[in-house]
Amino acid sequence: MNWIQVGFLSDIPRQGSRVIRTAQGEIALFRSIDDEVFALDDRCPHKGGPLSQGIVHGKKVTCPLHSWVISLETGEAILPDKGCAHRHQVRVAHGAVFIEVVERVKSEKRMQSHAEN
Amino acid sequence: MMDKKPRLVVIGNGMAGMRTVEELLKMSPDEFDITVFGSEKQPNYNRILLSPVLSGEMKFEDTILNDLNWYEENRIALHKGRTVSRIDRFRCQVESEDGLVAPYDRLLIATGSNPVMLPIPGMNLQGVVAYRSIDDVENMLAAAKSGKHAVVIGGGLLGLEAANGLSLRGMQVSVVHLCDWPMERQLDRTGGELLKDALEKRGLRFYLSRQTEAILGEEYVTGVRFKDGEEIEADLLVMAAGIRPNIALAKSAGIHCERGIVVSDTMQTYDPKIYSVGECVQHRGQTYGLVAPLFEQAKVAANHIARYGRMRYEGSSVSTKLKVTGIDLFSAGNFNPEKEDEELLLQDAARGVYKKLVLRDNKLRGAVMYGETVDGPWYFQLMRDGTDVSDLRDHLLFGQVHLGDAGRGGASNVANMADTAEICGCNGVCKGAIVEAIISKKLFTLEEVRAHTKASASCGSCTGLVEALLANTLGGDYSAKPSKKPMCSCTEHAHQDVQQAISRLGIRNMPDLMRALDWKTADGCHVCRPALNYYLMAAWPGIYEDDSRSRFINERVHANIQKDGTYSVIPRIWGGVTSPSELRTIAEIAEKYQVSTVHITGGQRIGLYGISKENLPGMWGELVKGGFVSGHAYGKALRTVKTCVGSEWCRFGTQDSTGLGIRVEKMTWGSWTPHKFKIAVSGCPRNCAEATIKDFGVVCVDSGYEIHVGGNGGIKVRVTDFLCKVESEAEVLEHCGAFMQLYREQANYMERTAPWIERVGLAYVRLHVVENQKEREKLYERFLESQRYSQDDPWKARAEGQDAHEYETLTTLEEVK
Repeated sequence: MNWIQVGFLSDIPRQGSRVIRTAQGEIALFRSIDDEVFALDDRCPHKGGPLSQGIVHGKKVTCPLHSWVISLETGEAILPDKGCAHRHQVRVAHGAVFIEVVERVKSEKRMQSHAEN
Repeated sequence: MMDKKPRLVVIGNGMAGMRTVEELLKMSPDEFDITVFGSEKQPNYNRILLSPVLSGEMKFEDTILNDLNWYEENRIALHKGRTVSRIDRFRCQVESEDGLVAPYDRLLIATGSNPVMLPIPGMNLQGVVAYRSIDDVENMLAAAKSGKHAVVIGGGLLGLEAANGLSLRGMQVSVVHLCDWPMERQLDRTGGELLKDALEKRGLRFYLSRQTEAILGEEYVTGVRFKDGEEIEADLLVMAAGIRPNIALAKSAGIHCERGIVVSDTMQTYDPKIYSVGECVQHRGQTYGLVAPLFEQAKVAANHIARYGRMRYEGSSVSTKLKVTGIDLFSAGNFNPEKEDEELLLQDAARGVYKKLVLRDNKLRGAVMYGETVDGPWYFQLMRDGTDVSDLRDHLLFGQVHLGDAGRGGASNVANMADTAEICGCNGVCKGAIVEAIISKKLFTLEEVRAHTKASASCGSCTGLVEALLANTLGGDYSAKPSKKPMCSCTEHAHQDVQQAISRLGIRNMPDLMRALDWKTADGCHVCRPALNYYLMAAWPGIYEDDSRSRFINERVHANIQKDGTYSVIPRIWGGVTSPSELRTIAEIAEKYQVSTVHITGGQRIGLYGISKENLPGMWGELVKGGFVSGHAYGKALRTVKTCVGSEWCRFGTQDSTGLGIRVEKMTWGSWTPHKFKIAVSGCPRNCAEATIKDFGVVCVDSGYEIHVGGNGGIKVRVTDFLCKVESEAEVLEHCGAFMQLYREQANYMERTAPWIERVGLAYVRLHVVENQKEREKLYERFLESQRYSQDDPWKARAEGQDAHEYETLTTLEEVK
């Protein structure tokens, strides 16, 4: 496990989002009204819109470009739209926010092996 | 424990019963153990598509709404082909004919209706069938193979659809009807005769004002004899003389019935454990035989069975459309004028078009249309909204001209469009794709079509066409939107309810508002939150604190998001008048920030495109230093005031349109409105500033100023309505502020002035803004009061550091493992 601290819970506005730059593109951190934190690639599966700029409601975010609604828990678009924004593991401890960032190839492999199990 | 779940038993496996189950599963998925009894041996199918199955335009398989897998997936015990013969209310159980017993905690009766079988000698002969179920259709098809002559008794909706189907199957069909013209319950005499002519051309024969005395034949039907003695041949006889609520079972259980099973507004029968929906129900004295009301009932029943106890069914107004391919007719409401009613008529025999509208007190009461029905949904909406149509009267008969926009060439007859014809220009959806989705995905409502195809989901200008396609594909029975539409799926309340609740209860913040109105979600959604935020802001200027998290991104960061995630910045240029030094400032800033595109906008301003979010505050800071404020080109707010050069330069100019425009803009800038708001001032009737397609337009004339409202130059071009003429600039300002305030207080969020005025009627606006001086002054006063709080420049505040986190990335991860 490679957990990296990216900031504090208080950095992210409630019902809002902040962006982390990484070598593989931007990651959006979301904070729901009940203070749960989620992390998704900041790209809508529809046309690449920046999800971080959307309205956060419940455990969902609405993309600002064409109003696709994406689940923060799974990254999946809400039916009948179809598509998935890649999800990242995130953890909050003592007010600090940590994210697990691994190279995409590895993470996909690992998800596969999960599935096989 | 599984067996601790309360048990719901449903009698009737038809559309109303299963729709209720579907709604219930959506609301509380695992709450009940559900058992369903159905007399028919098929799973739930779409009964309104029987006619296309009969005519061969569709296969039965395509009409199945819930296949057997659906029952299994939802763990519903389905007993198909089993008829319930007894309800034991004392033991709370039902018994089927073959002895199966199912106990219930809640019972739903959805037994539908039975065809009326007239008591005529010969009714029991073979070859006499009703037209109600897929079995009936199969019987008819079998008869059509061997026989030649079919007689349909009943010239109503169902009878004509049966007749048309059999005729397409190659039979010689005669329709026998008691009245002088067919479909007398839906059509007046003229409309009915047009319909009869059209059907006769297709080979149907009509025997009108006839009564059947006997059905002839030994074992098998051979003919029909009328009261006047005439006999006609028949190898098949279809009884389509109407339907009657199927209440025998409920009655035998002692449940109070009149014509139907009597239910309250919560769809509850006199036995509180027993609910009922569909055609078997009598609600406020009415019974219904169309799908739209059943679906509304299903929603309410499910809500109460799930113990939310929130909704009421208040009855439906219904419209009708005949599902005979190529024949276009529509009717709604009371179309037979009474003494106090007025009648508007349009008849064009050569085009085969007939329209009749019935008015009372300047409100639409009923409509009959034949040959051209695309405006049917619009008339229906005007009827249900009770809109004052006095100002529409002179063009009411010609329709809404829903469809004049690009790409469609003004086409209005969807039935004749090719499958490849593009319906939705925004999302590139053609007719074939929409029809295919309606059939294969079993869609019934506009919202469902929008969700699945995206047609009419963007700008909405093709809504009329999509509704027409729904009506054409499903028949008129498609579920038209209820007159009071919930704001979104988080609530049952309509926009008006929320606005009223805010002032009535004096609620001043969003969490309280959601609690008071029983919001179903913890913090709303992207549809309702911006609306609530707006309503609260409009109601409590200077008191309510704007909730930036409930603002669409553009209004949150005061710039317009572009397709690549960058932003555009458009400074305000008062009245479209600028100077070399202002232009120099903009040019320098554009160069400094390497703006990729500089574009002259349609609102006489300069747009700078391709700005990254982090650069916004810096850029604004420099613009503010150069004397600019935000142009609000991104907001549901006052956009621009477009002007021409007027009497200062133009040889035709009558007044100082430029100066007046600037004064209007200085007064109105910064105000938030339900949707964007555009103003223009033209210096003479040549109208170079295009004031007559703006939300508020002023056309200067020699003797003063003409004021026009409700125009739109976008999606659907709409020329303004003339509001009034005034003599001074001060009066223009007062009317402008009062009109904007009325719109701010009364319109739904996301409703432009054009549809708002069409909804409430121009007479309403005139009354408040023109005729009643006191009211106008008060509106104007409230407008100026709210402007005290909204005219602070959002750019300046953010350049000075407000919401800084909004523009900065949280961190950068250099090395990613």
